[in-house]
Amino acid sequence: MKEVPMSTCEREFILKAIRDRKRIDGRQTYDYRRLKVSFGMERGCCIVDLGDTKVLAQVSGKIEEPKKNRPTEGSIIINLELSPMASPAFEPGRPTESGIEMNRILERNIRDSRAVDTESLCIVAGEKVWSIRADVHVLNDEGNIMDAASIAAITALSHFRRPDVSVMGEEVTVHSPEDRDPVPLSVHHMPVCVTFAFFDQGEFLLVDPNRSEERVMDGRMVVGMNMHREICTLMMSGGMLLVKEQVLRCSQIATVKVAEIIELIQRALDKDAQARQAGEKCGFAESVPTNKITTNRKEATAIDTTAAAQQASQVIQEAGPVDKPMSNMLVQAPGTVQIGEGLVNTWDVDDEDMESEEKEGREKSVTNGREAVATSKPTERKRPVKAGEGTVSHAEGSDSEEEETVMLFQGDDETKSTEEPDSTALMQPSNSDKPAKKKGKKKKAAQK
Amino acid sequence: MQRYYSVGSNMAATDETSALLRSFECEQNLLSRPDGSANVRQGDTSVLAAVYGPGEVKMSEEIIDKATLKVIFKPKIGLPGCAEKLQERLLRNTCESVVLAVLHPRSGVNIVLQVIQDSGSLLSCCINAACMALVDSAVPMKCLVSAVTCAVMEEGRIVLDPDSKQEKESSAVLTFAFDSRENNVVTCSTKGCYTPEKYQECLSACGAASRNISSFFRQAVERRMSKEL
Repeated sequence: MKEVPMSTCEREFILKAIRDRKRIDGRQTYDYRRLKVSFGMERGCCIVDLGDTKVLAQVSGKIEEPKKNRPTEGSIIINLELSPMASPAFEPGRPTESGIEMNRILERNIRDSRAVDTESLCIVAGEKVWSIRADVHVLNDEGNIMDAASIAAITALSHFRRPDVSVMGEEVTVHSPEDRDPVPLSVHHMPVCVTFAFFDQGEFLLVDPNRSEERVMDGRMVVGMNMHREICTLMMSGGMLLVKEQVLRCSQIATVKVAEIIELIQRALDKDAQARQAGEKCGFAESVPTNKITTNRKEATAIDTTAAAQQASQVIQEAGPVDKPMSNMLVQAPGTVQIGEGLVNTWDVDDEDMESEEKEGREKSVTNGREAVATSKPTERKRPVKAGEGTVSHAEGSDSEEEETVMLFQGDDETKSTEEPDSTALMQPSNSDKPAKKKGKKKKAAQK
Repeated sequence: MQRYYSVGSNMAATDETSALLRSFECEQNLLSRPDGSANVRQGDTSVLAAVYGPGEVKMSEEIIDKATLKVIFKPKIGLPGCAEKLQERLLRNTCESVVLAVLHPRSGVNIVLQVIQDSGSLLSCCINAACMALVDSAVPMKCLVSAVTCAVMEEGRIVLDPDSKQEKESSAVLTFAFDSRENNVVTCSTKGCYTPEKYQECLSACGAASRNISSFFRQAVERRMSKEL
């Protein structure tokens, strides 16, 4: 589905407002929208609301073999999913160019800045390490996905607890949460992205652009920074040039914003930890306002199912006796069964396996066999001589078609005879029945 | 057609939690971008659903006499695979039976489902969330659809709306979706072994429970429409 295009007058209006130092949602130039961080029931699950932008992050871990060149380091995978839920412009499946770009910024910001210690994820050097995966799902795109995603990713990583592991000699034990308390990842620092939008060739700048501002901006700059004022990522996109002072000013603003955001994350993490320790119910459900007209709640209700059993038996009785399962079931091979007619088996292989057919066809096969022998005398004569080397000569390959068919037949025949050592002498002609016929036909064709 | 008794007021307090539906919560219109959205929580299980449409559809997917329904199911961890495709198909078939697609020919309706938390009865929660999101998006529908999952335990006891622990211990898990008008079965999905008698028992138990959920849906819609615009 396509996104609704923006009208020229709306575009002009937004730009004019920005030139007058105003923003359409009433914020000041350096204001962030309302930021809310909430946690799910599971460890490592967090939802970040930045105004109406909504991002869900979930961290999971599994044990893997490390990379050959880094045998003592675990891996961290960050996957940003631009879900079609967030915007009609996002298609499911292959990530878009902007999606890849944002994913890369996230990776650079968190993984490449070594925010999470990877060496502590090692269990057995060169054999087993933890692989931590952070899935970041964008649920609603109202602008500035980048900041929301980076906050969600680092918060979820700090919130995540991996199962404790102990190594006794060769044996590695993964302890369940009941057995031993899960351990947190060692997060050295928390890098967070701050996005700046530029208008009029970098003359005007805004912090945290919303969707309509993002659509009219000339370009943007993403600054990834941590508490210690260290820049972890810096990315500029869009076709615009910036003066040196503008970049420095952005990094100055970023330090203030990052400090505020990280304080909020810490507060949220502490609050969640307290709630968990106190054994309170935690999760998104607790943070949803219940007094809204769009929210409805029903307490756990008991359903009267006493009549269910009675009703069931009544239905069964009314339905009458169930048709007996078909009696002519055929066991093709151990573990399989065939009902109904099915198609005629055109493969030569299985025909002989069915005993029922064998019994029926016993008399017929004698006559058929004789016919077959009559038409393909040369092969019958050859068979005892070449039987042993059938498969070998097949592998070598042969020049003429005629010879090839002979080899195939012989190889086939030999395997059969080994499979059914106890097949009666009477059955022998029937075994060679079909291949022999084929052979005869082919030979005729070759002669023509 | 089979008819079910309604939930009586004299609810026999059952000895176990077997016939208990977990608390049921529904929040609608919580996302600004989609045309309709809903978050349904059954106990701890939580699913977020969003609907876009009726809108433009790809040429290759266009149907000339009705709307194309597309369901996208997003797992919480990792990329969607084969199991998710199966789930999508099931959900699409369920929604197709209630959405009046003929009213919007040559257009598309996209339903996106995101698992927020899976604590059992995920499929029924997905169907309920999709239904509420469709109601919120004002896509014309014949009726509502409500789904209930039940588990047949090893000893033959039936547990309604099981959590993930009960699902794991059970010998079979059955999910039924019913329409709100006649309470007929729309979808049935089962996993595990059970007898025909148990199937009928589950069907009538789930039918009773679905009445309860349908009435909740009705309440939710009434509440939303209670204020004049």
